[in-house]
Amino acid sequence: MSRAAAAARPDTGQAPRPGPAGSPGAWPGWWAGLRDALHAEWTKLRTVAATAWMLAAIVVLTIAVSAAAVAATKCNPSPAGLSCAADTTKLSLTGVYLGQALAAILAVLTVCNEYSTGMIRVTLAAMPRRSAVLAAKALLVGCLVLAAGTLAIGGSLLAGRLILPGNGFTAAHGYAPISLAHGPTLRAACGSVLYLVLVALLSLGLAAAVRDSAMAIGASLGLLYLPPILISLTVSNPVWLHRLERYTPMNAGLTIQDTTGLHGLPISPWGGLGVLALWAAGGMLAGGMLLRLRDA
Amino acid sequence: MTTATVAPYRSAQPAGRDGFAQLLRAEWDKFRSVRGWVIGMIVAALLMLAFGLLGVQNSSVCGSTGGPNARTLTGAACLPTFPVGPGGQVVTDSFYFVRQSLTGNGSITARVTSFTGAQYNQGPPGSNPAAGLQQWSKAGIIIKASTKPGSAYAAMMVTGSHGVRMQYDFTQDIAGLPGKVSSAHPRWLRLTRSGDTITGYDSADGAHWTQVAVADLAGLPSTVQVGLFATSPNAGHFTTSFGGGTGSFGPTQATGVFDHVGLSGSKHSGSWTGGAIGVPTGFGPSGQGSDEGFQRAGGTFTVTGSGDIAPVVTGPGSGSGGTGTIQEHLIGTFAGLIAVMVVAVMFITAEYRRGLIRVTLAASPRRGRVLAAKAVVIGLVTFVMGLVTAAIAVPVGVHLSHDQGLYMLPVSWLTAARVVVGTAALLAVGAVLALAVGTILRRSAAAVTAVIVGIVLTYVIGVVPGVLPSGAAAWLLRVTPAAGFAIQQSTPTYPQVANSYLPPDYYPLAAWAGFAVLCGYAALAMCLAVFLIRRRDA
Repeated sequence: MSRAAAAARPDTGQAPRPGPAGSPGAWPGWWAGLRDALHAEWTKLRTVAATAWMLAAIVVLTIAVSAAAVAATKCNPSPAGLSCAADTTKLSLTGVYLGQALAAILAVLTVCNEYSTGMIRVTLAAMPRRSAVLAAKALLVGCLVLAAGTLAIGGSLLAGRLILPGNGFTAAHGYAPISLAHGPTLRAACGSVLYLVLVALLSLGLAAAVRDSAMAIGASLGLLYLPPILISLTVSNPVWLHRLERYTPMNAGLTIQDTTGLHGLPISPWGGLGVLALWAAGGMLAGGMLLRLRDA
Repeated sequence: MTTATVAPYRSAQPAGRDGFAQLLRAEWDKFRSVRGWVIGMIVAALLMLAFGLLGVQNSSVCGSTGGPNARTLTGAACLPTFPVGPGGQVVTDSFYFVRQSLTGNGSITARVTSFTGAQYNQGPPGSNPAAGLQQWSKAGIIIKASTKPGSAYAAMMVTGSHGVRMQYDFTQDIAGLPGKVSSAHPRWLRLTRSGDTITGYDSADGAHWTQVAVADLAGLPSTVQVGLFATSPNAGHFTTSFGGGTGSFGPTQATGVFDHVGLSGSKHSGSWTGGAIGVPTGFGPSGQGSDEGFQRAGGTFTVTGSGDIAPVVTGPGSGSGGTGTIQEHLIGTFAGLIAVMVVAVMFITAEYRRGLIRVTLAASPRRGRVLAAKAVVIGLVTFVMGLVTAAIAVPVGVHLSHDQGLYMLPVSWLTAARVVVGTAALLAVGAVLALAVGTILRRSAAAVTAVIVGIVLTYVIGVVPGVLPSGAAAWLLRVTPAAGFAIQQSTPTYPQVANSYLPPDYYPLAAWAGFAVLCGYAALAMCLAVFLIRRRDA
């Protein structure tokens, strides 16, 4: 970590610049501060082994779960007239259920590792503009998850394209091979990548608010995985069911993956992703406010 | 030159004791003095209660009273009424019965030459029934204590796809001759009463008889009802797959054709009368739309009936809508488990993070005992929290459900106690497992992720319908720590009742077997943790 701390001040030894320290409220100063913060945060992220491992895990495990889900689903129309009704695109993207947890953990570790080692005090001493520090972290984690997510989603769809025809999802049964040229599939793919990014940002905000990695991971995984259970197992009141389906992060956000039966969805695909974006914005805002207001 | 020997300084304080009791005391002090951990336990209890009790909302309307001042029926007025069988369990007891009364010992014999069925596929009653039997459609001979639904009985029957069976008192089911019935392959059935004992026989040719089973019906009255019956349970095909489940439900009926009907005994009434026992499910309020009845042409009886003679189960396709099990009020256990596991992981990882572990191990160098003390403290605290919470959630939930018109399958107090104590034990063992994983990994983030994915996430994708195909989900609930949730099941599965036995009402493993799987994981992790904490520098 000491290398990273040194990197936080890349301009040591040169004449002090007038910008950041001189005018704390000015926007040009904030942008310069963001540039420095980006440099420092990038050095920290790339010199910690966990970042590369987590990114690799996002790609590998997402594709693995998607491929397993696709391989386990067979299309054999039953004599009772039940056709093999399946949304093949959504099915091929099943791995996002696990991939989102890894993206959340990567985001949590970016913040909480600093708190657990005490590094955060060095970081904030070097860069007193706390909002710029959090913005730099968010930008970098967002970009990394975007890159890893693109690979993961691309690999998952490829697995679906290769495996599904062998399981009976052929053109004869009304299933064209998965292709990004198909509008809804393209939307589901891009949306799933954005979904992962937004989940990471939501967790980053929570982590900045909670500061402890165990509690932050517990809270963000709970926020993601508890509402689906509430919806499917316990709540039978239709009004509450509808509200939960529309406004909880995972249920609303994953509607972006649906390519069939769009009229039956509780919320439109992009609307659902918008709900998740609001959650992420809320999480980041809460984290940013608490980071500013509390002592580190 | 002499050197004065100076006695080394000894503190006047008596040496501290390093017993297990002192360790427990130290760990308990650590736990109770960290506000966040105590709050975490309270949050766990609140999550359990919130999930278990908020879900009890049933706004459905189940019918209306007739007459000019008609009002809709909701809430407790919707509660279904089930007869109670001889074993105390609630049962379905509806079939068409062609009977005579028999006093004293005697025997009945009949040959079944044809067994067919029809399914009313969700259309209006009487519209285009599709031919076909349910796997547990039944027709055969029966000796029953009275015509009151729920009374003791013993029956020999042919079934849709399980061959000849002898069933008695609703829960007992013994296989006889396999294969389907046709005029080329008829089945002979015989029941013989001798005191309280009824013996069932079957035969393929009426000459060579095989004893199937002996039923001991204690307290059978001297005059019983004996005769032919037919019945067929509601169709319920329910399959889960990715993206949801599909089902088709509908009332069905079965028709059995009997000949060579013989009744022997000292005193029987001599003439056959037909009548429906109970109300067939799925048809109108008093069975409109079904073709129940019997025809007699010479010595041939054709009996058509609908319903079932079986214990009540719950689940999609069971045909008993509005029923549930008491553990549905403990559905929040997995949410509470998340909070408990976070606290349990931090109970050890916080020591590593703050460096307190070095003080702890310096004060008590026997490291295995330190870990044991931690496990005892976190396990006991969690157990007490779980016990109190479950003991509130179950009775309050059952009470609320009753007011909302949801029927909870009754269980004995012993089973209810096992469910409540088992839930507390499940949480406690989960906490010990989390503590062990925390010791192995020493990092909160990695440990919390591992235990949440290992138990809670596997439980979620195993239990929520539509995430995994049911076969894969069942395996997850057998081999992962999530198998421990089986301790919460309160009602048995019956192979002789076709139903989708799905969690959280039914688990693939028996209660204690599933709990043993979780305990096995916890024990393994604990052994590894003790090994590692002794081998590694803190």
